Amino acid sequence: MKNRIQQKFPTLPGFNPRGNPGSEEDVMINRIKQKFVELKKWQKKAFIAYIAAGDPNLGTTVELVKAFDQAGVDIVELGVPFSDPLADGTTIQMASQRALKQGVTINKILQIVQRIRQTSQIPIALMTYYNPIFHYGLAAFLKKARQAGVDGVIVPDLPPEEGQDLIREAKKFDLATVFFISPTTQVHRMARIAKASTGFVYYVSVTGITGARQILPKELIENIKKAKRLTDKPICVGFGVSTPEQVKQLSQAADGVIVGSAIIKQIEKHRGKKDLIKSVSRFVQELAKPLRTHER
Amino acid sequence: MKTFPDKHGHFGEFGGQFVPETLMSCLADLKKAFATLRKQKAFQQELAHYLNDYAGRPTKLYFAERLSQKFKNLKIYLKREDLLHTGAHKINNTLGQILLAKHMGKTRIIAETGAGQHGVATATVSALFGLKCQIYMGQQDMERQALNVFRMQLLGATVVPVTSGSQTLKDAMNEAIRDWVTNVRDTFYIIGSVAGPHPYPLIVREFQSIIGREARMQFLLKEKKLPDYLVACVGGGSNAMGLFHAFYQDHRVQMIGVEAAGRGVNTDHHSATLSSGSIGVLHGSKSELLQTKDGQIRIAHSIAAGLDYPGVGPEHAYYKKIGRARYESVTDQEALSGLKLLSETEGIIPALESSHAIFYLTKMNRQVKKKSSVIVCLSGRGDKDMHTVREKLLK
Repeated sequence: MKNRIQQKFPTLPGFNPRGNPGSEEDVMINRIKQKFVELKKWQKKAFIAYIAAGDPNLGTTVELVKAFDQAGVDIVELGVPFSDPLADGTTIQMASQRALKQGVTINKILQIVQRIRQTSQIPIALMTYYNPIFHYGLAAFLKKARQAGVDGVIVPDLPPEEGQDLIREAKKFDLATVFFISPTTQVHRMARIAKASTGFVYYVSVTGITGARQILPKELIENIKKAKRLTDKPICVGFGVSTPEQVKQLSQAADGVIVGSAIIKQIEKHRGKKDLIKSVSRFVQELAKPLRTHER
Repeated sequence: MKTFPDKHGHFGEFGGQFVPETLMSCLADLKKAFATLRKQKAFQQELAHYLNDYAGRPTKLYFAERLSQKFKNLKIYLKREDLLHTGAHKINNTLGQILLAKHMGKTRIIAETGAGQHGVATATVSALFGLKCQIYMGQQDMERQALNVFRMQLLGATVVPVTSGSQTLKDAMNEAIRDWVTNVRDTFYIIGSVAGPHPYPLIVREFQSIIGREARMQFLLKEKKLPDYLVACVGGGSNAMGLFHAFYQDHRVQMIGVEAAGRGVNTDHHSATLSSGSIGVLHGSKSELLQTKDGQIRIAHSIAAGLDYPGVGPEHAYYKKIGRARYESVTDQEALSGLKLLSETEGIIPALESSHAIFYLTKMNRQVKKKSSVIVCLSGRGDKDMHTVREKLLK
């Protein structure tokens, strides 16, 4: 049985269970994995910001990511727009629509990652629905993504059972593959999902779609702790998180907190204004602050 | 013999479960409940009771003599799914699925609808079983099918207008999935076609395959042989799969699915997924899709709202790939001629969806041997389309 599971969800590079130092895999270190090693050393938690690439335009995305690097963001998730984002609430749906109207494509997003890499080494994951990358060709996409400076991929409509091709190809390029655990995930699946994930595991806070929420489920902290007992990999929690208080509360149990819609709402609010970058990064700084209080 | 789908829901390279993690446990529950219930005699008897006494099964296999005379090479039989309660084959599936919902203890029903036929069929069975029902429908479709909206409301359902994207079936399905992800614990999603994540393509096929099982037996009784051809329209593909599946192993029976060519397969306004699409992932399964070079889903078009979908059930993609069925297409204009043709020769006004299959007979008549026999699935009646047809024909 154990063998079968291992075959299905092979162990991925960077997570050498025996911890052999100096193995070949450690040479080409992945920025996301590296980040969690550092954070662990300093006993800190990750603040992860999601924005839709190309909302309101690609130039702004570049500036935002650079500003986030200075504002206390540990990892950036760049959303690849898709015509049918069925795991997303209205905020991200509309951001995707705006990006698509700008003519944003995978190639254009990879170009801006390259631009960001000229001045910033902030870890970047692409969050994309499966069809655009499947249509692009998984191997070609992952190779180009790695070359451009992407560190991981997150695919919300791809459970590990269907993700074997992605996992195999991503392994070749040492790209992290982040899979999801949700409140409805049964315990026996949690371990398998964690095993298939590299970089971190994405814990979905609510039974639902993305979008800022006032109140998060009571049992959330307990559930994250439960998941943490099943894996050594970092667990980051997202969906619905929108305030510094929620960030603080969740960081007690999780290794990182992800905020998306709340940031996009700020981008929406300041669209077309000169102070967009400044205002949004100030907002992000406030969100990240609870994780930055005990400075090194 | 190898049967499809395999246990992970794959039909060859197609099918599968491409859904947010939140739905995975629910799909596993559904798969289990379906596997258990389909084997239970009591469940089958309950389903048969509603199909027969409530919906009006078995439906007739009617020899369309005057229509056949029009075509010198064809002997045409119509499988009269249009005579079912609510006016289309959709009720076969909604009755089956609501019984599943009941046995699984779900208290709330959701569904997506394009033409409104599946919405009406879902609202109908929800009323029959006293369950709360919410139907997602594209704003544009609500305007095209205002009467069906009213019917659903009359049946006690809430119809939610979907204003995102193209405001048609695919967007209604996105919205229904979002609702499902949010309310998965008490909500049962009745998918109307052989699409969506596993086990839906299997479940819908099972409940619709009664069409083919009946037709096969009826044809054997009448003609003492099997038909040469099966013809059915294909949007998502539930009536076609319903007719085809019972004949899968009858290798000499040729299957033809007729897609909507809209204003022409070479324009941007059609829904002929299998005729001109490419492989991709939409709404939980891998199949053929209409998509742009960047992998964005294209907006489909058809005069028939029930065919207006940029995807197709994964099993059809598989049938095409292995050559078990072929897929042709018929334009909006041709479908209108098909509707007129059947109305004038047989006194049967078909739904615009089924009219695609009817018109295809004129094309195939030129290609087949004399005395070829064909069963056409008359999936629905045309009442719902009178407004659209009147507008087009008066133009």
